[in-house]
Amino acid sequence: MSTPATAHPVARPPRQRTRRGLELILLILAWGIGVLGTQQVAWATGEGLHSRFWITAGVVGALALIAHIIVRWRVPYADPFLLPIATLLTILGLVMIYRLDVAALQRAERNGNPAPTPDVYNQLTWYAVAVLLFVLVLLVLRDHRILQRYTYTFGLLGVILLLLPLAPVIGATVNGATLWVRVGGFTFQPAEAAKILLAIFFAGYLVVTRDSLALVRTKVLGVPLPRARDLGPILIVWMVSLGVLVFERDLGTSLLFFGLFVCMLYIATQRWSWLVLGLLLFAVGAVFAYLAFGHVRTRVQVWLDPFAFSDTGGYQIVQSLYGFANGGLFGTGLGRGYPELVPFANTDFIMSGLGEELGLTGAIGIMLLYAILIERGLRIAVSVRDPFGQLLSAGLSITLAIQVFVIVGGVTRLIPLTGLTTPFLSYGGSSLVANWAIIAILLVISNRARRPAPESPASDHVATQVVRR
Amino acid sequence: MTEFALTLLRLAFLGALWLFIIITVIALRRDLMQPREARPAPTRGSARPPKPAKPPKQPRPPKPARHAKTGPSLLVTEGPLAATVIPLGSAQVTIGRAPDSTLVIDDDYASSRHARIYPGDDGWIVEDLGSTNGTWVDRNRITSPTILPPNVPLRIGRTTLQLQR
Repeated sequence: MSTPATAHPVARPPRQRTRRGLELILLILAWGIGVLGTQQVAWATGEGLHSRFWITAGVVGALALIAHIIVRWRVPYADPFLLPIATLLTILGLVMIYRLDVAALQRAERNGNPAPTPDVYNQLTWYAVAVLLFVLVLLVLRDHRILQRYTYTFGLLGVILLLLPLAPVIGATVNGATLWVRVGGFTFQPAEAAKILLAIFFAGYLVVTRDSLALVRTKVLGVPLPRARDLGPILIVWMVSLGVLVFERDLGTSLLFFGLFVCMLYIATQRWSWLVLGLLLFAVGAVFAYLAFGHVRTRVQVWLDPFAFSDTGGYQIVQSLYGFANGGLFGTGLGRGYPELVPFANTDFIMSGLGEELGLTGAIGIMLLYAILIERGLRIAVSVRDPFGQLLSAGLSITLAIQVFVIVGGVTRLIPLTGLTTPFLSYGGSSLVANWAIIAILLVISNRARRPAPESPASDHVATQVVRR
Repeated sequence: MTEFALTLLRLAFLGALWLFIIITVIALRRDLMQPREARPAPTRGSARPPKPAKPPKQPRPPKPARHAKTGPSLLVTEGPLAATVIPLGSAQVTIGRAPDSTLVIDDDYASSRHARIYPGDDGWIVEDLGSTNGTWVDRNRITSPTILPPNVPLRIGRTTLQLQR
């Protein structure tokens, strides 16, 4: 300890509590929940336990343990809740995907079709890739402030990734949205990686410019308005978001990026006029999209009255609502509902399957897990000292929050349905890997925020008097 | 597997899910109550002498009883810095998270430059410097520079101070 002995022996706080033990307990509990859920699916559907069950469970447990050990080694002071919650959500997703696999298998058997390939092993592979990337981020990224150096590189990369699906050969359109890139039979959604890169870019950019963006010149009807020449950035992001909507026909991604930028702008400047301006621009964009695009209009009409379109565009949402209703307070129990009746039950609509089989009790539990995850992320933003880290961790938490709100709101018909993946739960590699990278970056930032100061600046000690009790 | 066993399994699953949440929330609550454990940084939480000329500060004894004779002072009555005393001279006292404040409070609920206290004609005046969570004098959030009467709680984030004659 470099503290001069004369200065203050009392200043050293008691031993740091890292809470890694708590993290391990929660991880074991999460694994147990997964085992319990899979057992229930196996017995309730009459399928019986798969011969590979314990191997699969072992692999999941090993992945969680690897992540935990690397956290202990690299970021010992990091937040203890992020890893277990992300693991539990991933495991719940695996259980639900397995459950839908069983449903698909049984249906194929009834109809005498060949057995479909199960999705759960793909998802498990993606989970392994996600943990690998998680470990890589923890190993490579010692200090999140390094990211600030490459602000504009990341920004450029993010925009390129965002526009990549439009590229002639590799871009691919699936279900009407040009959101995929296909390279040799291998598809991924570059927007998932772009959301991290752009969060880094927005954070780095706003740290530098926030003072001028916070300037207020004129007041219109009591609303303090930013200066006209500071409107550039928000307009550019708005145009890019609209571009994504027009050319890639994807409402969710467009909404995610615009919402992320407006929220980060508000956090950086503490001017709510940016929120007002953002909402106005959003309203203009929404009206434009409604008038110009048939698919957006259909979405809104289905949202307003899904039962009028129950066998065409509203089929999915109507089935989802029936699912939630069938689930009731405590759910039908895993394996006893009909989640497979909803098209895309394991990607966009995984929440309706979980809502049906776990009921309101389980659905609220999952929402609480997301709420705690996002709260911890924002808490990291509050406690870290450097402004770039604050903005970055807030921005990353907000991407998770917006995604959960948009997709769960859409599935439950709170807002018009837009396709976004449910973080950690949905079947899909790009999304799972990207969200685990977000958790890794948040852990690196929180390790810096919570760890004891390695050395106090020596110059301070002469002048500083500690008058703590 | 009987129907009864399946029902038990189903409830056990929901129970385990909620057990996870409850453990998390209890641990979270503990984390909120004792944030100082995880937030050390020795220089923080120290009172620095204000920049202009002031009675030089002597190493302060831990007992708050001794300060009363030395003139007006600010006593921290609640919060992580409880029992800290800041003598009030002719210079203003700034309070906030910024490291150059007179009283550096390491509190997530305080702003970097939260409030200042300066001598006025009728006594000490407290002014909020545009903080997020406000400065509260005796349960009222102040909006303009306000005279701080002695022995009235002044709350900033999780810290409560009192002016002592």
